[in-house]
Amino acid sequence: MSGLLEQMTERALAKNIPLSVQLDLTYRCNERCVHCYLDHDDHGEMTTSEIKHLLDEMADAGVFILTLSGGEIFLRKDFFEILEYARWRRQFCVKLKTNAIMVREREAARLREIGVESIQISIYSHRPEVHDGITLVPGSLQRSLDAAKFLKSQGLRVIFANVLMVQNLQDYQGVRALADELGVECTLDPTITPMMDGDRSILSLGVDHNALQKVFRDQGLVGDVEEFCTIAAPGDENSLAALPCSASHTACYVSPYGDVFPCVQFPLPTGNVRKERFLDIWRYSDQMNDVRSIRLKDLTTCTSCTHVTSCTRCPGLAFMEGNMRGPSSQDCQKSFARTGVPSANMLAKKRTAANLVQIRVLPSTENAPASGAIA
Amino acid sequence: MSRLYVARNPRVAARSLDGEMMIMSGRDSTLFTLNKTATILWQAADGATPLDEIVSTKICGEFQVEPAEALQDAETLARELADHGILQISEQPISLTTTGESR
Repeated sequence: MSGLLEQMTERALAKNIPLSVQLDLTYRCNERCVHCYLDHDDHGEMTTSEIKHLLDEMADAGVFILTLSGGEIFLRKDFFEILEYARWRRQFCVKLKTNAIMVREREAARLREIGVESIQISIYSHRPEVHDGITLVPGSLQRSLDAAKFLKSQGLRVIFANVLMVQNLQDYQGVRALADELGVECTLDPTITPMMDGDRSILSLGVDHNALQKVFRDQGLVGDVEEFCTIAAPGDENSLAALPCSASHTACYVSPYGDVFPCVQFPLPTGNVRKERFLDIWRYSDQMNDVRSIRLKDLTTCTSCTHVTSCTRCPGLAFMEGNMRGPSSQDCQKSFARTGVPSANMLAKKRTAANLVQIRVLPSTENAPASGAIA
Repeated sequence: MSRLYVARNPRVAARSLDGEMMIMSGRDSTLFTLNKTATILWQAADGATPLDEIVSTKICGEFQVEPAEALQDAETLARELADHGILQISEQPISLTTTGESR
């Protein structure tokens, strides 16, 4: 975060202003990514006029950075109408998240004309068989890359967003090389989010400890490996008074149906903009204020953890595990892979597991039959 | 002496945060914040009101400064903001549309 944006965020925090909002325009999608946490049906999306009204409310509330995402945003026939309204009428700083397979020269030129801060495109591999195997749409890598070139040729800022999973574990360096070749930025995220309905089966797509360890020691990704993998100093009173993340503090998420959540990865409903004003939900929702009240010192288990001040703990993932003040196992695994030191949560689980062992080891018998042999 | 007209560039992203404008350039996404004087100038820059009128009605009263000195400072400020693509300046009134284009 730039110094000035950091200062603005501090001021927004002090004044309880939602500086940044992600608005999903639709959950419909033209890809079927194997790791996606959404269903792709339309359960009653907000209309164009409802969205414009919401944009008015958000602008009046002080929202500056607006991320439009989905689903696939270009599937909305009114997408450019919404974008124009957000940019020209309400002067948001707009970021887009898309697979871009519907973006051709004409759409790229239109985006340039309207003006967006960045376009983030999901790219999972440099190899079509791997990328298309994840999106389940043949030819999708080529279309996304063509779109990236069209956007780049318009002078727009393009970012490749790669999610690390078992299917593409070997390919993240290839994606980075591709990004370098095209002159675009690239991010890598090893987090797999459970389905919004609570189904956690897709978590099996996440990479294992050894793979994470390797990634966290890739200098090209993390910079100074020693510094990145260092165990943080123990938390003091000041550091334990810190906020876990920006969710509910300076940022929140709105679904295509108008439901407001602390974050896209934090499915705790706090209100619906079809029934209440956005600012009233932001300021007065009990759930929003509950999330807002949490400090690092309030966390169960994590407060005593070695990694408490350096962990990437996501309160939303913790919520999906059952307790927003509890640990997020995926982040425990990341801290462990990064430093080699297990988290307090991992150690506690190990102790619990040990207490559950009911099988006693039998005394050795010299003449016992070999395992598997039939006596 | 010709009068100077100033207009907000509709291509920027802008929001008032606690009374000060936060502005992101549409040209290169550079973030700026405007101090109180610059914020007043930005908000009054409708393309139709001459800069000297903005200075005399909105700035001199607020900051109790001499009009000539204030106008000189405002002109310098307006040109700096124009260099960053935040304001447009012209010796003719500037007509703004709601479609991001200025005429």
